[in-house]
Amino acid sequence: MVFSGSDHRTSDFLELLQKERPELLSRSGTGAFGTTPLPDSPAASADFRAFRYAELKGQRVPTPSLMDLYDSLLEGTTILAAVYNEGVIIAGDRQATAGFQVGERRIRKVYEVDTYSAIAIAGVAGPAMEMAKLFQVQVEFYEKIEGSPLSLEGKANSLSNMVKSNLPMALQGLVVVPIFAGYDLKRKQGKIFKYDAIGGQYEESEYYATGSGGKDAQATLKKLYSPDMSRDGALKVVAEALWDAADEDVATGGPDFIREIFPTIKVIDSTGISDIPDEDVKTLYTELLDRLRN
Amino acid sequence: MPAPYYVSPEQIMQEKEDFARKGIEKAKEVIVLEYRDGILMVAENPLATVFKISEIYDRIALAATGLYPDYEALRYAGIQGAEIKGFTFNREDVTARWLANQYSQQIGAIYRQPDMKPLEVELLLCEIREDSSSNNRIYHLSFDGTFWEDNQYTVIGGRADEIAGILENEYSDGLDLSGAVRLAARTFETIEAEADEAERYQVTAETIEAAVLDETLNRRKFKRLLPDELSEILSA
Repeated sequence: MVFSGSDHRTSDFLELLQKERPELLSRSGTGAFGTTPLPDSPAASADFRAFRYAELKGQRVPTPSLMDLYDSLLEGTTILAAVYNEGVIIAGDRQATAGFQVGERRIRKVYEVDTYSAIAIAGVAGPAMEMAKLFQVQVEFYEKIEGSPLSLEGKANSLSNMVKSNLPMALQGLVVVPIFAGYDLKRKQGKIFKYDAIGGQYEESEYYATGSGGKDAQATLKKLYSPDMSRDGALKVVAEALWDAADEDVATGGPDFIREIFPTIKVIDSTGISDIPDEDVKTLYTELLDRLRN
Repeated sequence: MPAPYYVSPEQIMQEKEDFARKGIEKAKEVIVLEYRDGILMVAENPLATVFKISEIYDRIALAATGLYPDYEALRYAGIQGAEIKGFTFNREDVTARWLANQYSQQIGAIYRQPDMKPLEVELLLCEIREDSSSNNRIYHLSFDGTFWEDNQYTVIGGRADEIAGILENEYSDGLDLSGAVRLAARTFETIEAEADEAERYQVTAETIEAAVLDETLNRRKFKRLLPDELSEILSA
């Protein structure tokens, strides 16, 4: 602990870590979330370029060591968010894949940030989960230091900075893409912010899905979505979108009735954030399956 | 070259102690009470957004009295240290015992520095029990860095001893939240009435600041009691 009575004082936890404990932010100098530039690693990047080139030309090449490493990393798959008449829903499947294997069946990709917001993550799971954890601390740290919470837009911008500082890793193919959703207490509505791999931030007024099955989920949302949906109506649409993502995308996990694993769904409205319990998600899918069978 | 004046170490320390005590004597008090669901902290504070009681970490809160810039710096350092430690290891590894030691070292080091003024602060670092098998912790830190554990009820500030004397007779185990808030309010009224008998002092939601560490809450156990809640409790 540093007694910083007269020192520089910040309410930005990321800045604090960069100053006090930069080693916590980097993977031996790769600069994840940090500002240290990527060290020259000609071997690694040459491997990667060779692989990308061969891949683009549709060739199968002897897998270089770096690709073995990439294949061993967990990837998060489908996440989505949708605004409904009283707030916003944010959800994700529970599977992570490593190469062509199921790497993890029960991973969580949607995290509560504070009472009125949540983050969902897709991309390389390790750094993505770390980003979610860091973001949660970032928002809470600000609130405690300043005595009042960040605005929803302020939280979204600070997440953009985190994605941005992951750029060196993204350029190596280790991409992290979050969705941020929350209830804006001032404007009394649910809001969604999406990000690209280099930290570009865009507000979505209706719905958004990303990750490997994002496109399929997005297609379903597009067909079934209407902005004045009620909470229950929106939950049905979200469940169906995740179902279609799992149906079309091999990497996305569907509801698993044998192991009792169901997608994570969180709802945020003016009363705060709440989890939809597993039993309720199970019911949503039982009903969906009944509909699909008929 | 003239020889520097010699001042004995005993005298230096005595003067520092007198200085710090004088600062704290002027300070308004904070009462901390254990109640059924956790720990209640109540301060006499007419300001609506400048706090003496604040959240440090999931189960830890700080009640402070004395010189604002001194305890504000300690509050900041506490939150900073706790968040970095929790991020490095795990949230449950951040304990009040660890933080009390950190504070003790820092406050003590400043107290012993020859060219620094001692911190004019008195702190209560409160931590709510993890479950019914463990205990609440209330660490009482003094301006020289020494600290000890209190339980049931404790007071910091100028008239701490007198107030603790009143609570000794009035406090009972197993108070509910409103009972505990009313006890604190009554105690403040008694001590203020003794100080100035002509004008009877009335505690209202605007004259006090109150917060709880409530074990029924989720991860973050700290909650401020809003003026509306306080008025309701006090008027009942």
